[in-house]
Amino acid sequence: MVNTNNNIGWSRTEMAKKVAIDIPNGSYVNLGIGIPEMVADFVPDGREVIYQTENGLLGMGKVPEKENEDPELINAGKKCVTSIPGASYFHHADSFTMIRGGHIDICVLGAMQVSKHGDLANWSTGAKDAIPAVGGAMDLVAGVKRIFVITQHNTKKGDPKIVEKCSFPLTGKGVVERIYTNLAILEVSEDGLFVKELAPNVSFEYLEQRTGTTLKQYAETQV
Amino acid sequence: MINKIIGSAAEAVSEIHNGATVMIGGFGEAGSPIELIHALIDHGVNNLTVVSNNTGSGHVGLAALIENKQVKKMICSFPRTANSTVFPELYRNGEIELELVPQGTLAERIRAGGAGIPAFYTATSVNTPLAIGKESRLFNEQEYVLEFGIKADFSLVKCDKADRYGNLIYHATARNFGPIMCTAAKTSIIQAKTIIEAGEIDPEIVVTPGIFVNKVVEISNPTEESKLVAEEKKYPW
Repeated sequence: MVNTNNNIGWSRTEMAKKVAIDIPNGSYVNLGIGIPEMVADFVPDGREVIYQTENGLLGMGKVPEKENEDPELINAGKKCVTSIPGASYFHHADSFTMIRGGHIDICVLGAMQVSKHGDLANWSTGAKDAIPAVGGAMDLVAGVKRIFVITQHNTKKGDPKIVEKCSFPLTGKGVVERIYTNLAILEVSEDGLFVKELAPNVSFEYLEQRTGTTLKQYAETQV
Repeated sequence: MINKIIGSAAEAVSEIHNGATVMIGGFGEAGSPIELIHALIDHGVNNLTVVSNNTGSGHVGLAALIENKQVKKMICSFPRTANSTVFPELYRNGEIELELVPQGTLAERIRAGGAGIPAFYTATSVNTPLAIGKESRLFNEQEYVLEFGIKADFSLVKCDKADRYGNLIYHATARNFGPIMCTAAKTSIIQAKTIIEAGEIDPEIVVTPGIFVNKVVEISNPTEESKLVAEEKKYPW
């Protein structure tokens, strides 16, 4: 019986911090909806990162005070945001030229499933009665230079989200470079799925139990 | 004298005919030309194919146009939104068609339509269910799928300021699909928050040049979709 104790490992905030540390100074970054949005709160001092939101803003700033909200200044999740000094607005064809043309350095996305080869499924369960909705996810994974996934390691039911092969419809094939979960940071390589870092009190064996595919250890993996 | 300014939203949409393809700007409520959509509901034509990123919220604007059974088919990237119940219900009952297009592909198809480019190849959707049945080709050993430009009979777009030539500037992220939709329609119909004198917009900052615009109507106090949804308003009132 797999232990489904969720009290070990990293919190959502700590996961977001782990991603933020790995974003180099000067990067242009697109953040997905949900936990990825939290990454912007943890940029280390001394670094400047520019956020793009695909609905047409480069230089997205903090969430405004209620009284300063502008319903026409929103992010891709349709939440009110602000623009930083030096920001720019543009139409959708320009926005996706940034994305599809390889001009964005890093995209941080959520996932339903990621395979050991870096295949990503994050837009549909494929259920017959589901209303399919894809948004910009397929464009982002096809065009952005580096794709980071941030997700809980398991579903609420305890099923693995890191799998041998995705059973849900794909968003893109072989696109994910790194996976940040509540239990570990994983790196996709041609030689397999490597554990870069384990969360506190998480053993390699425990991680393997919670994962739907084989994992490999670097000699220098932090434990 | 060229003057594209029209007196009312009703007059501006009066040429839209049954079976027309209509592009409707907006990403959620930002940039949604809600007064033009309501005028189209009053106008009453049906069997429309609508190209828009979403399918509207609540029972106003685009959702109301769909609820009023005027739309035969939606071409969009994200038909699910908070407070979006109208489209999902009709879709599950088989009463409306959906062509699901990745957001960037949707934007590029509209841009291509407006630029006289019939089709193009893109890496987006390769190896996914949305590439099934599409022609594909290798360039530099990478696979791309063929996507077709989209043209429309009409586009409905919201902007911030317009002049009588149809030069437009937008507000913040309400710009979204507006500029490309103006280029891809035979007749582009604009609701502007303010109409100003020709020459008042610095040519250096014009976003949509007037050649892409046919009709402009001033709607100085546009309603906010989210407020109408929160108040559970339903159009027609």
